[in-house]
Amino acid sequence: MFRQMVRIRAFETRVGELFAQGKIPGFVHLYIGEEATAVGVCSNLKPSDYITSTHRGHGHCLAKGGDMKAMMAELFGRKSGYCKGKGGSMHIADVDIGILGANGIVGGGLTVAAGAALSAKMRGTDQVTVCFFGDGASNQTTFHEGLNIASIWNLPVVYVCENNLYGISMHQSRHQKVADVADRAGAYGIPGVTVDGNDVMAVYEAAKEAIGRARAGDGPTLLECKTYRWKGHFEGDPTLYRSVEELEEWKRRCPILAFNGRLLEMEALSPEEAASIQSGAEAEVEDAVKCAAESPFPSPEEALEDLFA
Amino acid sequence: MTYAEAVRDALREEMRRDPSVFVLGEDVARFGGCFGVTGNLWTEFGEDRVRDTPISETAIIGTAVGAAATGMRPVAEIMFCDFLTVCMDQLVNQAAKMRYMFGGKARLPIVVRSPIGGGICAAAQHSQSLEAWFAHIPGLKVAMPSNPADAKGLLISAIRDDNPVMFFEHKVLYSSKGPVPEGSYTIPLGKACVKREGSDVTVVATSIMVNHAVAAAADLEKDGISVEVVDPRTLVPLDEDTILASVRKTGRVAIAHEAVARCGFGAEVAAIIAEKAAGSLKAPIIRVGAKAVPVPFSPVLEQFVLPGKADITGAVRKVMAA
Repeated sequence: MFRQMVRIRAFETRVGELFAQGKIPGFVHLYIGEEATAVGVCSNLKPSDYITSTHRGHGHCLAKGGDMKAMMAELFGRKSGYCKGKGGSMHIADVDIGILGANGIVGGGLTVAAGAALSAKMRGTDQVTVCFFGDGASNQTTFHEGLNIASIWNLPVVYVCENNLYGISMHQSRHQKVADVADRAGAYGIPGVTVDGNDVMAVYEAAKEAIGRARAGDGPTLLECKTYRWKGHFEGDPTLYRSVEELEEWKRRCPILAFNGRLLEMEALSPEEAASIQSGAEAEVEDAVKCAAESPFPSPEEALEDLFA
Repeated sequence: MTYAEAVRDALREEMRRDPSVFVLGEDVARFGGCFGVTGNLWTEFGEDRVRDTPISETAIIGTAVGAAATGMRPVAEIMFCDFLTVCMDQLVNQAAKMRYMFGGKARLPIVVRSPIGGGICAAAQHSQSLEAWFAHIPGLKVAMPSNPADAKGLLISAIRDDNPVMFFEHKVLYSSKGPVPEGSYTIPLGKACVKREGSDVTVVATSIMVNHAVAAAADLEKDGISVEVVDPRTLVPLDEDTILASVRKTGRVAIAHEAVARCGFGAEVAAIIAEKAAGSLKAPIIRVGAKAVPVPFSPVLEQFVLPGKADITGAVRKVMAA
C-alpha cells in the first residue's frame, strides 16, 4: 500500500509539472493528498472487481492496477494511450481490469456502478463494484437514485465518498447541511461509515468490511473518507476560496508521511526501503513520461473510428 | 397481431434466446407496462429479468449502462419519451460517449424503448416526439417502426446490436394490427422500406406519419397523382441511398414527421437531398410537421397542432403545383 501511495504521488506531482510546462493539453485534476483513500479501498479488490471513478481519477486507476505508461500516454493525447487519445485525463478506462471509466460529469458514475453491480448479481459472480465520488456529487440526482436502487435490490456495491471538503470552490459546509455525508445512508436503509481518509489503514479496514458485506450478498454500504485535496480543483485554479493556513494544516496530515512514520515505528519498513520505493516510483514515472513523449499522435482520421461496435 | 404485441413478441424471443437480455423500467412487471407492452412477460421470465424500477429515470438508464458495460443486454423502458429529459446525462454523456472516449474498448448493448407522439389528449408533457434530439448525438442509434412487423424485426436487431439504440414506439400505433411473422427474424438497422411505389412525388415519412402518407397517397391517386412513400425505419443509421434513389426518380419531395418541424429530422433529410440530389429536383422540398407550440390538451387544439393525412395531401398538391 505504501508503494502504491508513493507511485500515485509521484505520478501526480510530475503531471502537475508537465501541465505547467504546457506538455499536457486540456484539464488535469490532481489527486495529491487523497492517496490513502484510493489505495486503502482498492487494496481489497480483485482484478475482476469493478470501479467507477471521477474526473480526479488517476489515483483510482493506478490503485486498481492501471498501466502507468498507458495513462501517461493518454494524458499526452497519444495513440498508445488508454483511449487512443480520445479520452484524456477525465475519461481513462480499462474495462479489462474492471476500471469502468473516469467521468467528466460530477456524479455520472453513481448509477452506472449500480448497473455493474446488478450485472454481477444477475450473472451470479462474486464481483463487487466500488463507486468513487466526491462530497459535491452527493448532492446530485444520481447519488440519491443510485443508492436507492442499490439498496432496494441489495446490490454488491460500495459507495465511497471522498469528502475532500470542496465541491470545486464551495466548502462542504456551504453546499450541504449534513457534516457527514455518511449520515445520508440512513435515508436508504444501508450502513453509513465515516473514517479518516488520510489514514490508509483505517480506510483499508473499513473498506474491507464493506466490500466483504457486498461480496457476501449483504448489500451496499456508504463509506465516507474525510480527506483533502492539496491542489486546486484543476491545475491553474488559484484557490482564492481557501486559506493558506488551512492547506498547511492538512499538509501536516500528509497520508504518505503518516503511513511512512507508522511503518518505521512498527519496523515494517526501513528508511532505506522507503527511499528506494520513492526513487523507484520516480524512475517509473520518468519512464512513462519518456514513453509518452516518444509515442506518435494518432492520425487525424482516427477521430472517426471507435464510435460504434 | 398488434404493434404492442409485436414488441412483446420480440422481447420474448430474445429473452428466450439470450439469458443476458433483461427488461427494466417503471411498472413493467406485474402492471405489464403503462401501455401493456411488457404484458405478462414476468410470469415466464421472473421478476429478476422483468425488473420493476422505482420512478427514477436516471437510475434506469444509468444501471442499464453499467450492466451493459459488464456483459448484460438491458432493454430499458422509459414510460413516455418526455421523461427521457430526466435522464439526458446518462443517455447523452454516458451511454453515447463511453465506447468512443474509451478508445473503442467498451461495448454498450442497450435498447431504450420509449413511446412517442400525441393523439390521445395527453397534453404537453406526455405527447412529444423527441427523436431528433437523439439523432443529433453521435453514438446513439435511433429506430422508429411504423407497423407491427417492422417493430418486431427492428427490435430484435436493436437488442442484438452492441450499441445503444433509442427505440421509439408511437403510442397511437400500439393498438394497430398487421401481419407479423412467427418466430425470430431481423430487419437490419439502416435499411429503409418503400411502403408504396409511385412516380410523381416522394413522401419521406416516419412512424405514424407513414400510415398517414399511405392513406394520403391512396386519395391522391384518384386525382392522378402517383406518390411514393419511403419509410426510413431508422434515423441513425439512415438509408440515404433509398431516399435519394426515390427522389431522383420522382423529382419532388415532401417530408413528414409528427415532431415539431423546426429543427426536426425532416430538416436533415431536406439538407441531404439538397446536397446530394438537388439536380433532380423539379420543385422546392416541403416539410410537414407539428406547429412550434407544446402539444395542447383539447382534442380540437391537438388536432390543429399535430400534422395528419390532410397536411400531407396539401403538401403533395403544393409540390406538384410548384
